[in-house]
Amino acid sequence: MGARPLGQTADRPDVADPPLDVLVHARGLRKSYGQLEAVRGIDVTVRRGEAFGFLGPNGAGKSSTMRMIAAVSTASDGSLRVLGMDPATDGPAIRARLGVCPQDDTLDSELTVRENLLVYGRFFGLSRAEVARRADELLAFVQLGDRAGARVEQLSGGLKRRLTVARSLINEPELLMLDEPTTGLDPQARHLLWDRLFRLKQQGTTLLLTTHYMDEAEQLCDRLVVIDEGVIVAEGSPAQLIRDHSSREVCELRFGVDDHDGVAARLAHLGERVEVLPDRLLVYAADGESVAQAVHDLGLTPRSTLVRRSTLEDVFLRLTGRSLAD
Amino acid sequence: MSTGVVRPPLGRFAAQHLVARNYLVYRRDWVVFVTGFLEPLLYLLSIGLGIQQLVGDFVLADGSRVTYTEFVAPAMLAASAMNGSLFDATFGVFFKLKYEKVYDAVLATPLRPVDVAVGELVWSLLRAAVYAAAFVAFMAILGLTGSWWALLGPVAAVVIGYAFAGAGMALTTWMRSWQDFDFITLAVLPMFLFSATFFPLNRYPDGVQWLVQLTPLYHGVVLCRGLTTGALGVDLLVAVAYLVAMGSIGLAVSSRRLGTLLLR
Repeated sequence: MGARPLGQTADRPDVADPPLDVLVHARGLRKSYGQLEAVRGIDVTVRRGEAFGFLGPNGAGKSSTMRMIAAVSTASDGSLRVLGMDPATDGPAIRARLGVCPQDDTLDSELTVRENLLVYGRFFGLSRAEVARRADELLAFVQLGDRAGARVEQLSGGLKRRLTVARSLINEPELLMLDEPTTGLDPQARHLLWDRLFRLKQQGTTLLLTTHYMDEAEQLCDRLVVIDEGVIVAEGSPAQLIRDHSSREVCELRFGVDDHDGVAARLAHLGERVEVLPDRLLVYAADGESVAQAVHDLGLTPRSTLVRRSTLEDVFLRLTGRSLAD
Repeated sequence: MSTGVVRPPLGRFAAQHLVARNYLVYRRDWVVFVTGFLEPLLYLLSIGLGIQQLVGDFVLADGSRVTYTEFVAPAMLAASAMNGSLFDATFGVFFKLKYEKVYDAVLATPLRPVDVAVGELVWSLLRAAVYAAAFVAFMAILGLTGSWWALLGPVAAVVIGYAFAGAGMALTTWMRSWQDFDFITLAVLPMFLFSATFFPLNRYPDGVQWLVQLTPLYHGVVLCRGLTTGALGVDLLVAVAYLVAMGSIGLAVSSRRLGTLLLR
């Protein structure tokens, strides 16, 4: 790697002293595992009260970044301040004020639902009485009050994730970190979790989450970075990213032919841009309906036509040439 | 990632919360807990009822005379401290480390790897102490204790447990699968049979005696036998020093390795 060693960033005043309302301040952050460079120099600033997202496919470096911010993994290079402290030296003090909801549920399967909260709260040094009070509140919050005495193995994936969220809130964290919070959940469970996270956000909890679901990012994030192969390729609010990197609408066309490239060439003049995917063509234009009409007028007959608004998925496709859902 | 330099917000005894967690789990599985008393007790009864009649009495180094059961009972105490503490510190830790991911969750809190290592070790020792106390009480009831020093039996068990739990936990951090634990069994069984447990050191061939004296269980047996028979000597202090050193090295290696494995 050979870049500058950790901490030698005093020549950059923004690094030396980030303002108080900045909870996460990363500059040139890198993480290597042997030969593999998972995170290749990213700059991130997360402010108090916002919901900030890392959007990217699996293996983009999201989880590695989250682990460094959560003070359970040391940065290979770059500078990182979390809650104004250095994770390399103040790990326990930082972790005391974070809530962490990891991608794989790390619930204690030998304990009951409620005991998971009681035991976890004690790790933060809370008194028994305080932990008991918060446990009951949180179980109600994630709608698990009636399952308090159940063993963790008996819970479905969605209930486990809700319990994990409840557990991550036991220390009333200033920053709640969620790694792929709804991956693997059915639609109903996802919506319930989104609703809970939205409430937290409204109560002023700062959220930091990773996701490879564009709808999740659009629903929850005030601001996000698109991350791919360990680097940030775009940053902004969901609406701003769509505005900057895609057209207003998209016309999706499915043809029953193998020659998508040939068809794409004939459509190129209809929109700002045409993307060829394995199973369909995407024509980007301000007015999708008129594209659909124009395709028809050319004498082409797609098997199906769908006109929709641009999403973060389109932004990602534009920026990386690849699809988010791999 | 360094494990010892950070200021712990919870103070020095953060590990107690992990001990409390283990207690909560075992309180439900009290049957497992109770069976831990049985194994050494069964050995003792079989020897006391059967083998003693065939073997006769023993003369210890200080000239005192003991029955064969009095000779073997402290060795059973030492061996059960070894087995009892090893179980939680090896299988227990491996299960929580690789399958349950308990420590991943624990380290997302202010606790540090050293707190995890200390917590698991303290838990192992608490169990060893409870079993040992019951065992010594049973020995006293059967008239197998020849000295008030026997009251220190549980303390000896904790020292022995410290050595084996520390070393066992350290080795566990290198285990890849359950099969690797066969190496521990491979080390424990010969030690159980040949650490001057069932017959005295001077009955071993000359060339083997030094080898026996190198094993940790031998020192555990020396310690327990000295206390329950009252035949005290310098060798007890040597034994304590050996076992404490072994446990401390194991604990230091364990907390370092847990940090390496979990805080990547």
